[in-house]
Amino acid sequence: MHIVDRRLNPGSKSLENRQRFLRRAKALVQRAVKDTSQNRSIKDVLEGGEVSIPLDGTSEPRFRRSAGTRDHVLPGNKKFIEGDVLPRSGESGGRPKEAGEGDSEDAFRFVLTREEFLDLFLDDLELPDLAKRKLAEAEHEGIRRAGYSIAGSPANLSVSRTVKLATARRIALRRPRPETIEELEAELAACDDEERRIALQAQIATLKSKIKRIPFIDPIDIRYRRFETVPKPVAQAVMFCLMDVSGSMSEHMKDLAKRFYMLLYVFLTRRYKHVEIVFIRHTDRAEEVDEETFFRGPASGGTLVSSALQAMHEIVRTRFRPADWNIYAAQSSDGDNSYSDGDVTGRILTELLLPVTQYFAYLEVSESGGPMDMPDSALWTLYQRLSNEGAPLSMRKVSDRSEIFPVFRDLFQKRGKQERATP
Amino acid sequence: MNVASAAPLYRGADWDFQLLQRIHDACEGIALSELGLNVYPNQIEVITAEQMLDAYSSVGMPLFYKHWSFGKHFAHHEAFYRKGLMGLAYEIVINSSPCISYLMEENTATMQTLVIAHAAFGHNHFFKNNYLFKQWTDAEGILDYLNFAKSYIAQCEEHHGQLAVERTLDAAHALMSHGVFRYPGKKALDLRAEEKRERERRSHKERSFNDLWRTVPSGPGKTATELSVDRRRSLLGLPQENILYFLEKSAPRLQSWQRELLRIVRHIAQYFYPQGLTKVMNEGTATYVHYRIMNRLHQQERISDGNFLEFLQSHTNVVFQPGFDDQRFSGFNPYALGFAMMQDIERIVTKPDDEDHEWFPDIAGNGDVMGVLRDVWANYRDESFISQFLSPRLMRHMRMFHLHDNPADSEGIRVQAIHDERGYRRVRRELARQYDVGLIEPNIEVVDVDLAGDRRLLLRHQVVNGSLLNEADAKRVLQHLADLWSYDVLLKEVDATDTVLKEHAVSPRKIAAAA
Repeated sequence: MHIVDRRLNPGSKSLENRQRFLRRAKALVQRAVKDTSQNRSIKDVLEGGEVSIPLDGTSEPRFRRSAGTRDHVLPGNKKFIEGDVLPRSGESGGRPKEAGEGDSEDAFRFVLTREEFLDLFLDDLELPDLAKRKLAEAEHEGIRRAGYSIAGSPANLSVSRTVKLATARRIALRRPRPETIEELEAELAACDDEERRIALQAQIATLKSKIKRIPFIDPIDIRYRRFETVPKPVAQAVMFCLMDVSGSMSEHMKDLAKRFYMLLYVFLTRRYKHVEIVFIRHTDRAEEVDEETFFRGPASGGTLVSSALQAMHEIVRTRFRPADWNIYAAQSSDGDNSYSDGDVTGRILTELLLPVTQYFAYLEVSESGGPMDMPDSALWTLYQRLSNEGAPLSMRKVSDRSEIFPVFRDLFQKRGKQERATP
Repeated sequence: MNVASAAPLYRGADWDFQLLQRIHDACEGIALSELGLNVYPNQIEVITAEQMLDAYSSVGMPLFYKHWSFGKHFAHHEAFYRKGLMGLAYEIVINSSPCISYLMEENTATMQTLVIAHAAFGHNHFFKNNYLFKQWTDAEGILDYLNFAKSYIAQCEEHHGQLAVERTLDAAHALMSHGVFRYPGKKALDLRAEEKRERERRSHKERSFNDLWRTVPSGPGKTATELSVDRRRSLLGLPQENILYFLEKSAPRLQSWQRELLRIVRHIAQYFYPQGLTKVMNEGTATYVHYRIMNRLHQQERISDGNFLEFLQSHTNVVFQPGFDDQRFSGFNPYALGFAMMQDIERIVTKPDDEDHEWFPDIAGNGDVMGVLRDVWANYRDESFISQFLSPRLMRHMRMFHLHDNPADSEGIRVQAIHDERGYRRVRRELARQYDVGLIEPNIEVVDVDLAGDRRLLLRHQVVNGSLLNEADAKRVLQHLADLWSYDVLLKEVDATDTVLKEHAVSPRKIAAAA
């Protein structure tokens, strides 16, 4: 009999099959990912996790019988006698579920890894290869010294450390110094006393054999310099999500904005080790809120865009020193602003915010299929003017979910050209 | 009773590899000398839970070709397992020589003993001696063959693209249950020779390939009238219930590698065919064997009382049969039914009563339990086993009854027979029929093809008990079939009087014809 320990064999033999299945079920999984990400918070998008896909969508057909007469022999009869008739519906414990029945139609939960989830999430938005490359290169590795090791390549031999250890060993083992022997030999040559000569000769012989037993450098002394790769410290980033939540923002508009923020978040987390998100919503006054309130909380009132910018400025000033943080802001709004607020908004932007932000994106959202010939909104006109004057500010209009990605790409491609300070 | 007392094999729950060896040797002694089993050499492999899940999804085989459906099954099992809806099997055993048993590392020493007795001796003996396995499987060759299949399919993917291979495999899988020979007459499977043959076929083609011959005009073909219908059918070996075999031999536009893929899937289907026919017997045998061995080890004091109790608990779980009205009911538990029947045979052979003498005159009271059981294990399958050996006493004990459900009958489901004098034979016959392969799988045959005409393939489904095929599934399988055949396919469903109840017609998809 043989006993084999297979536990050390590489596991996950199914990985390849799993990937094939994912490829196969891509459309289904994608739909599931899309549905899932709608109900998820922005941060959770990165976590991967379970999606539910219908088993039926990837079923493997077989010839199967359907209806017709059926005969069953069952165990556990307690009260029936021949000739009894049982109702079909299953009350009184009637007909049992048949093996195999209904087990192929259910959905099953499929656990996606973070990478798989993100790939599918981004794929859904048709992330072009260009942008993918950009996202992928975010991580850098550096090399740094990491002490010594007993194995390594000759090029990394650390002579000083090796000699130091050899010396220590020689001292510890009382290896005689060659000078000592030379002295003794000199004394021997000069010595006349027979007894002394014999003692000296014995002493010299002992020392010589000792010097042979204890080598000058032993393999155990040898040390190599060790290096290890470390992720290069990448700076941190903060992302400001500014949204106008006055009554005119519909669920659809908020969904558009959320998708945009998600993309921005994905983009930033791929680029930075550490990303903070700050949600600021505003009507005629602004407040910092959590994500749930940001996207779902009701609010209404007038509109004062400058309040949000002012709040952002306050937060930057107190919590995110521009020297330490890369600051990004994405503002979404339907474009309404009170007339008198235009000047203030423009001033805060140009004087306080734009100088410290890496990137400021403005997304103007509208109802899907909204009227095409609407005049430009107050905010749009203002930003347009600032942009024309050379402010580093990007702006786009979006009315449909499918436009989110192209717009996002537009905004960030532009950034690639006029590359500002990179982390 | 002569109880050879010996030191306990182990204490507590921990085990190591020396202990597995000692356990195996102890079980082997009992299995060979006392039970008279005849087994393949054993190989025991210790694996992790994840590897067990891996093995699950590739039908328990250690090496298997790549296909998305295995990934799907893995994901499915994994999701269930993670949620705690499903425990893992304690073991998987492979019908090969040496017989490979997988043991999970999490098992306790007692569980390992149970599993070794169960798989390495029970299943192993059954694989080696049952006539169906002897007839249809090649334990020596299977692992080499799977290895060949895996690398052949990987090569095909390189040459012809993953998509084309996947398409062919999908089609072959859909027809897998109709890719077996059910009746002997063909040579037994010799998988090593298979692999060699394929290599020779290929090298012959490579040697004899001459581009010149492609340009030689072919002679005038025989006209349709020259080939009478009967002659054509006999030339094609029709009617043919092994649809995969038929396609492999006769589909006009398949490439040779596609034929080889069909052949591989067909061989694998054939290899697993006996397992489907002997579920009750196979599990019953293994359970009976482990029960005997464990009891004997306990008698010999090589297993402590505490550990024996642990064993009894697992054993009881395995042979638990909930009643039909129980939440947990999902049909007959093959372990429970098989084990109960074999224990019943032991009783009939050793302590028969009048009823047993009347029902089982051949074996009642003959005293040689193992002789009778070995004969049963060798020469029966589930259907014949139940129809021969299910005793009235066991029917009463399990309180079996027979329900008849005719959708046309508006009243409901009728109780046709119960476990009484009038019902024994009917209940037993009906239960046996539930394991009759001719009734489990729909009976579908290729009946004709017009090779000279429009080449339409004609299939026939013999409808039993008025149960037609599930239409949606049938259409999809036929689509696969048509893609392989590359011409139209027509399936007729006919009843016993040859009346056509339903027809399904499918044309091949463009993309497949181009492949």
